[in-house]
Amino acid sequence: MQLTEKHKQYWNINLKISSVLLVLWFVVTFVMGWFARELNEINIIGPLGFYMSAQGSLIIYVAIIWYYAHYMNNLDKEYGVHEGELD
Amino acid sequence: MSAITQSQFAANLKRYYSFYTGGFVAFVIVVGILEQLGVPSKILGYIFLFATIMLYAGIGFMSKTADVGEYYVAGRRVPALFNGMATGADWMSAASFIGMAGTLYLSGYDGLAFVLGWTGGYCLVAILLAPYLRKFGQFTIPDFLGARFGGHLPRFIGVIAAITCSFTYVIAQIYGVGIITSRFTGLEFQVGVFVGLAGILVCSFLGGMKAVTWTQVAQYIILIVAYMIPVVWLSVKHTGIPIPQISAYTSALPKITALETEFNDKATPKGAKEESVRAIFRERSAAATAKLAGLEKDGPAFLAAEKQKLTDKVAALKAEATPDAKAIEAAEKTVKDFPADAAAAKKAWTAEKGVGARAAPVKAHAEAFAVGGKTPEEIEKNRSKAKKNFLALIACLMIGTAALPHILMRYYTTPSVHEARVSVFWGLFFIFLLYFTAPALAILAKYEVYSNLVGSSFASLPAWVSNWSVVDKSLMNIADINKDGIVQLAEIVIGGDLIVLATPEIAGLPYVISGLVAAGGLAAALSTADGLLLTIANAMSHDLYYKMIDPNASTVRRLAVSKGLLLVVALCAAYVTSLKPGDILFLVGAAFSLAASGFFPALVCGVFWKRANYLGAVLGMSAGLGTCAYYMYTTYPFFGVNAPLWWDIAPISAGTFGIPAGFLGVIIGSLISAEPSKEIQELVDHVRYPNLEGDIDTKGI
Repeated sequence: MQLTEKHKQYWNINLKISSVLLVLWFVVTFVMGWFARELNEINIIGPLGFYMSAQGSLIIYVAIIWYYAHYMNNLDKEYGVHEGELD
Repeated sequence: MSAITQSQFAANLKRYYSFYTGGFVAFVIVVGILEQLGVPSKILGYIFLFATIMLYAGIGFMSKTADVGEYYVAGRRVPALFNGMATGADWMSAASFIGMAGTLYLSGYDGLAFVLGWTGGYCLVAILLAPYLRKFGQFTIPDFLGARFGGHLPRFIGVIAAITCSFTYVIAQIYGVGIITSRFTGLEFQVGVFVGLAGILVCSFLGGMKAVTWTQVAQYIILIVAYMIPVVWLSVKHTGIPIPQISAYTSALPKITALETEFNDKATPKGAKEESVRAIFRERSAAATAKLAGLEKDGPAFLAAEKQKLTDKVAALKAEATPDAKAIEAAEKTVKDFPADAAAAKKAWTAEKGVGARAAPVKAHAEAFAVGGKTPEEIEKNRSKAKKNFLALIACLMIGTAALPHILMRYYTTPSVHEARVSVFWGLFFIFLLYFTAPALAILAKYEVYSNLVGSSFASLPAWVSNWSVVDKSLMNIADINKDGIVQLAEIVIGGDLIVLATPEIAGLPYVISGLVAAGGLAAALSTADGLLLTIANAMSHDLYYKMIDPNASTVRRLAVSKGLLLVVALCAAYVTSLKPGDILFLVGAAFSLAASGFFPALVCGVFWKRANYLGAVLGMSAGLGTCAYYMYTTYPFFGVNAPLWWDIAPISAGTFGIPAGFLGVIIGSLISAEPSKEIQELVDHVRYPNLEGDIDTKGI
């Protein structure tokens, strides 16, 4: 089994999209958590810091995972590493 | 499996579970009719308990199997949507179902660490682990460690870690099962534990992962329906909007905030009444403090003098011209209840001193890291401590999520890598449905208490309050402290679990919905316990017995060993649970910290760092587990060592130190020894690509 340039490119793109999404995950979790008191000063649908931790961040998590699955599925096809159709 | 059968299979499943959901709704309606006909609620509780357990047993029986692939990984044909539901049920435990909303009610913003920690971890699962583990295939998490790092030792440490964290966690689940069955049927706690255990075993015993998967899907449907109905109803009752996740923030939260300010402002009528109760608590606390000081100074002599004072008071009352019978009775009772010796007195007075806490002002629900302190510097210090612990707990819970073997195992059961990725999405989506409802429920329940219960008269308390205060004082404790006949907030003590349990009654729903909530809580606890017990039994039978002791064992023998071990582990867990060890929340937190420190570094490095090798894995896993266990042992009060905390981090977040230690171990161990063999590097490439030409095959089946 020999990896081609194309395979390496696929893996690099995977690493890139993974890092971007993980940075987003880090920001909505830890950065927003750190500044929760400051964010609470802003009032959109209740105090923003509270709202984000109770609901907003969760919605972003679901979106991150959906986007990753969607993106990688297309990338698999584009780089010819996708599996045979199962359904 | 050909394309047509898999999609037909998925279509059939959708049909079965639609019928099932319809059937369940019909069942609830029938029980509702029985209630209207006057069947006592205790009987209804039994009907719910036994009907649902029989249902799970039925599914378990229909899924019985003698095939290794079906027993360990449900034949790898669980479609993403259903694997998502099974993950949801596997994931959401009694603590999530019953406890979460209560924790949020009691601690406001700071409780959100659990909401964030138990959802955000799935981002790590989705991006760092699930697709790669699915490509690797095989049966257990130690399987991956064994193949990736070579040799028996990494697999063995994996087995130890899997057993330690799953066993800790399963005890918390069986505890939940015991509480629910005993509360809704009146059985003894210990009996409840074993009844629940029977429910767990009938699912997993015959059909392993296959049976557990299909039961968990059924359990998810019950638990989500049971959680949503009362909350939606409550939302309509209070705000007229049927979407609690919106109404709580737009309508209830601003009113709560306004009431909190009023309660804390002595100038307002409500604030003044609260202050009168708080003053009593402060006095009582101060009196107890004085008595404790007296006891410390004079010992038994002080105790005798105190008792004499009370006896004299009784005599004085009796000697009055017109003796007041009630007052005499009360005074005699104080003499009777007087602590017998110095130790008892110390205990009683220390507890009494603690009521001072009830004199504290109301904490604003949405305020983050609200802490007390005498000076601005002290407040600042306490606040930074609270903030640090909040974030550390989130980190441990999230990374623990991405390392708990019973969850990761679920991704072996999907038909493909793509389906594994999609199933993480469905999994988190189904979990999210409950987790973004819990904070809304906490707000709506708080609104009910602040606006309707507070200010009502003790003569006509709402029915749910008087019912629950009779059933269990630790859940609902209410007393007219300042004797004005009106309820003040400071006069109410609520136990967290009450919120979910009492919501149907608060919303004015019939008892059948309470039974449904109990069935939902039971489903949550049973489904998690199922997954955990199977993980433990598989780690022992597959990894320890088959892979390390007797690799030539026949299929029949392997399954027999696995089932035997399942039984033994389940009985051990039930026995340990019936001894009622420690604090549930700590057990859960400990399981997460242990899993995070033991597995996460080795698993992630195994996929993303080709250089990681045998020595790295061994060092990393033992350093992670060791550090985490050491910190918990030395700092958690239960063990009695009480060493000073490191950087003020609470013992529940021991993973904060275990995880970096684990990564450090993997890196150092790998760099000081030779790089892994060509075969292992090929294995890493194999897991990284969903499909490679000329690929090796690592699947067991």
